[in-house]
Amino acid sequence: MSKFPVPDNSCEFFDQEHESMTREQIEALQVERLKETIARCMKNPIYKQRFEEAGITPDSITSVADVRKLPFTTKQDLRENYPFGLACVPLKECVRLHSSSGTTGNPTVILHTQNDLDEWANQVARNLWMVGLRPDDVFQNSSGYGMFTGGLGFQYGAERLGMLTVPAAAGNSLRQIKFIRDFGTTALHAVPSYVTRLYEVMQEQGVDPRKDTQLKVLAIGAEPHSEEQRKRIENMLGVKAYNSFGMSEMCGPGVGFECKEQNGLHFWEDYYIVEIVDPETLEPVPDGEIGELILTSICREAMPLIRYRTRDLTRVLGRTCPCGRNHIRIDRMRGRSDDMIVLRGVNIFPIQIEKILMQFPELASNYLITLTSDADNDNMLVEVELEELFTDDFPRLLDLEKRIRRALKDEILLTPHIKLVPKGTLPVSEGKAVRVVDKRKVYQ
Amino acid sequence: MTIKQLSIFIENKSGTLIRVLDLLSKANIQIIASTIADTKDYGIFRVLCDQPTQAYLLLRENGINVQLADVLALSIDDTPGQAADAVKSLSSEGVGILYMYSFLWKGKGVLVMRADPSEKAKEIITIKKIGFLTEADFR
Repeated sequence: MSKFPVPDNSCEFFDQEHESMTREQIEALQVERLKETIARCMKNPIYKQRFEEAGITPDSITSVADVRKLPFTTKQDLRENYPFGLACVPLKECVRLHSSSGTTGNPTVILHTQNDLDEWANQVARNLWMVGLRPDDVFQNSSGYGMFTGGLGFQYGAERLGMLTVPAAAGNSLRQIKFIRDFGTTALHAVPSYVTRLYEVMQEQGVDPRKDTQLKVLAIGAEPHSEEQRKRIENMLGVKAYNSFGMSEMCGPGVGFECKEQNGLHFWEDYYIVEIVDPETLEPVPDGEIGELILTSICREAMPLIRYRTRDLTRVLGRTCPCGRNHIRIDRMRGRSDDMIVLRGVNIFPIQIEKILMQFPELASNYLITLTSDADNDNMLVEVELEELFTDDFPRLLDLEKRIRRALKDEILLTPHIKLVPKGTLPVSEGKAVRVVDKRKVYQ
Repeated sequence: MTIKQLSIFIENKSGTLIRVLDLLSKANIQIIASTIADTKDYGIFRVLCDQPTQAYLLLRENGINVQLADVLALSIDDTPGQAADAVKSLSSEGVGILYMYSFLWKGKGVLVMRADPSEKAKEIITIKKIGFLTEADFR
């Protein structure tokens, strides 16, 4: 008998006990788990000191609202305590480590115990079951593997559900399409921009996804996308596409996922306490209003995070749902409360780009990053002012552009378009310079 | 043997050229010849004028990306085949031309070019007695 029984195919829920809880039951469980989490955090000297300063003990929590008594945790905390400073269990109890792509300063490291991995897989399996996938489906994961949690996270979750799972990883579109056809792939996980790329290649190859493949469900996430983009993907491939939310700090993918209603992502409140706060005042905002998403993981052993500031902006859509799950429904992400850019699944801070540009003596210090989306792809344009016209040869100017492009590619893992502009032509705003213009439709 | 040419970096956008021309005209600088080469994003406006150094300083002061380039101005007869002969004299000796434009000046043809290597080009011009203009000719 498996430790993790898989329900009958006819059951709507993967984990009926937790998924179909009433609001009262959810909140009672959250109080219990938050108390346990605080007790666990007290074993870590940094949390211990913070809680003591705030006069917090597990007994300080009598309702979910009491989470507001706790201090916030930030990405900076993770960086400053790199790599293991926020671990709440001895390292020998940890079995996995993931690290963020962040290249500004220290990366962030997240540790997992075996239990953490099991619960993570359960969340992903719950999500995939929710949108109709069953053990007889074939799941192809076209997400990057390695340190990026979208790879192993979906792999273990899809296996937990019992599907035949193909770790196709990212890239090589021809091979992806061959796998989809040869293995009878019915469900695919990828970043939205890659899905449109795959469709382009299918068209070039004369593959009709409706006739030549068995695709029916797509999990899309890890980069912001609009409702229009989702509809396009659904129409292109003849599938249902569901929005997935995850972040390595919480575990990875699995934190939130859309149900068949496609009306907001259910964030699993038996695993997380969800708050939306005003990013300036840090006070809670009413349901329906946009604010910063704050997550407290209440089920994790190795590295629970208390009131973690995700910097993602979103809002609460509701706390009930016709699907029968009363876990909070969160809108798609509306932007960021910091200047982080999320492009094609990659997180980029403008400072990374600035750092590279400043290494070129030919360039002045003013630059502008413009993000655009054409029909299928998100693109980045970096305009940068020329300090001195050091040549009047086009080949040498083009070579400079090429060198900038290469250096940026090494840093941010994407190839932006570079445009040299004359000195003094980029807009200079009062005080803080405007560095990023986001013209993508996502946030509108 | 070489003369100074202004090379001005301009954005491929309406209004950028007029800014440069206005500055030159207000300083009473006379343009002798000019050409624009462009890519999708930007262009280089190359100008021969009567006071290149003054023009250079003026444009710089006004924050314009400008360079003074040393170019050759070959003087040839205004008849068919003369340009071909001049270019052939250079290329047959392994001298390349990075860019070139031409105009008429006092009944003669002028080929303005940046040659590479420049020293080698000068040698050939001297040996083959090819005519050339100097800055004094334009003042």
